Amino acid sequence: MSDNLHTTPAPEGVALPGSPGDRKVGRARPGPWSGLGSTQVVYLALLATIVVGWILVAIDGGNLLTLETVVGVQQRSAALGIVAVGQTLAILAGSLDLSVAYLISLSSLVAAEIMEAGSVPGAITAVIAVSALVGLVNGVVITKLKVHAFIATLGVALIIKGVVDHLYDGPAGRVPESFQHLGYDRVGPVPVSALLWAAVAVAAWFLLSRTRYGYRVYAVGGDPDVARLSGVRTDRVVIVTHILCSLCAGIAGLLLASRLGAGAPTVGTDGGYDLESIAAVVLGGTALAGGRGGVAGTVGGVLLLAVLDSVFNQLEVNSFFKDVVRGVVIVAAVAVYARRAGRKRL
Amino acid sequence: MRRALPIFAVLAALLVAIAVANPFFLEPAGFFAFVKRAAPLVILAAGQYFVIVSGEFDLSVGSLVTVEVVVAARLIDGDEAATWPVLALVIVIGLLVGLVNGAVTTLLRVPSFITTLGMMLVLSGAVFLWTGGAPRGALSQAFRVFGRDTLWSTLILLAVGVAAALIMRADFGRTLIATGDNERAAALSGVRVTRARILAFVLSGLAAAVAGILLGGFAGVSAQVGQGLEFSAITAVVLGGVALGGGRGSVVAAMAGALTLEALFTLLNLYGISGALEFTVQGVIIIAAVAAGAVRLPFPLTPRKGDAHVAS
Repeated sequence: MSDNLHTTPAPEGVALPGSPGDRKVGRARPGPWSGLGSTQVVYLALLATIVVGWILVAIDGGNLLTLETVVGVQQRSAALGIVAVGQTLAILAGSLDLSVAYLISLSSLVAAEIMEAGSVPGAITAVIAVSALVGLVNGVVITKLKVHAFIATLGVALIIKGVVDHLYDGPAGRVPESFQHLGYDRVGPVPVSALLWAAVAVAAWFLLSRTRYGYRVYAVGGDPDVARLSGVRTDRVVIVTHILCSLCAGIAGLLLASRLGAGAPTVGTDGGYDLESIAAVVLGGTALAGGRGGVAGTVGGVLLLAVLDSVFNQLEVNSFFKDVVRGVVIVAAVAVYARRAGRKRL
Repeated sequence: MRRALPIFAVLAALLVAIAVANPFFLEPAGFFAFVKRAAPLVILAAGQYFVIVSGEFDLSVGSLVTVEVVVAARLIDGDEAATWPVLALVIVIGLLVGLVNGAVTTLLRVPSFITTLGMMLVLSGAVFLWTGGAPRGALSQAFRVFGRDTLWSTLILLAVGVAAALIMRADFGRTLIATGDNERAAALSGVRVTRARILAFVLSGLAAAVAGILLGGFAGVSAQVGQGLEFSAITAVVLGGVALGGGRGSVVAAMAGALTLEALFTLLNLYGISGALEFTVQGVIIIAAVAAGAVRLPFPLTPRKGDAHVAS
């Protein structure tokens, strides 16, 4: 994988134990430099997108910043946002998770089936158990069987896909009214789903920047060998990270089930949550190679994608054109990050 | 090469198992039907190998295959005379997409995972923007013959296989492996790392174009023709013992990996595990195969040339 260098320290101001400037070619070391971190760049890009989008929509005769669209942006981004927070943890630890999309579908089905049987707490417990188990399997296959994360999580994704497609042809189960509040209610202009997303993001931020576990994640993602030699149990860190990542996917599955009112075998893949969440993480300035970045950037990246989507919806742009623009935006953003990192190096 | 041996053993075992379950497989017609079905994935695996051994990923090949088939169908629209110009165009599109992937990855220093993911979005969005959401038109008989006719697809497969093996034996192949193994060392020893990587992506694009031509003939025109092929191709390459991250593995083993994957599908069908559970079995076997390779690795330490004095 080619190098995507961010020599900025973690956006939350985390000191990076054992994080070398660059383990590939001995380039710049992290040091004090005046300028913007990649997180600030993401939020500047978000602001620019909102301004340009607002102008474009205004020319078209609409208004981007109505309550409706602001709520819509939050609604649209909540599920992806939760998955992307989990994906951030996995990527920071130098791994990645391609199984989240199928796990979301599975979680939505598990939730809706058990809720139909009558127990909401039981359903939530079951989803947490199932997703923790999937995360455990991912982590163990990667660390103990030494299978590359790409193949390991792809394999687990296929396993889940097979089971789900074998058991279900279409939507199943039923979510009671009481649980649908999660998907549709809002407090003032803030939907409950967005609050859930915020809670997950804050929890992940806290873990990464205020706990020993977080420091170890950066250490393992930065250089696993150095981390191991410094006494970090790298395998354990990767396994815990994958469990947390899968739990996030499980929560997203619960959210989508509450919104659909049922479980659906294709809800995860239709949303493209696997690749889309990785794209959002990278758009947020986290290095795909691991060890650099953070949750704040990811939240910005997800919001950027959602605002873009919202602008296109208001302008009634063709959905295929949206894909083209999304692809270009993601690649262009990462090219800008790489360029900034490169310029700093000189 | 020694690392590649297990995949040939697994492939042989699977082929024997297929032959036992279905004796028709031993007849030329049965065997070549299998070869014809496997040809597109084998060709994609060869292309993906170049990219992976140089230390990168190409996630855009699946959507590129779809684009090639849909573009060909719309432009030919049943007109036999248009076949050859469109074939040439399909090849050019493949080369061009590879060139853009390679240039963005190396010159703009975007990780290839993201470059080709973006390319995947752009390609599938652009082609359906152009056709209005669904494939239109039809392929000509002369176009479809390549994927439909057993002799043609076998010949194309052989040509691609021989060409890929020759490329890896040539200087370019050596520089590509050196690039994937240790970019810095390769660059310092005079390898033009950037050019080698761009060429790897161009070869992958070319392979996707050829696979698209074969699949258009074999499977016909649909919006899903290339769906998931990027993951199948990467899986096949890894099954062949090629290390993700670059620098290890042979192209012949990568192609054998693709044949193995296809043999596995055939066998699962024969034993009635069709439909959805096929994916589950596939997932388990992929993880098991790669884990077996990874776990076994530390034990038979094959002495390399440079280590001779240590061993003696």
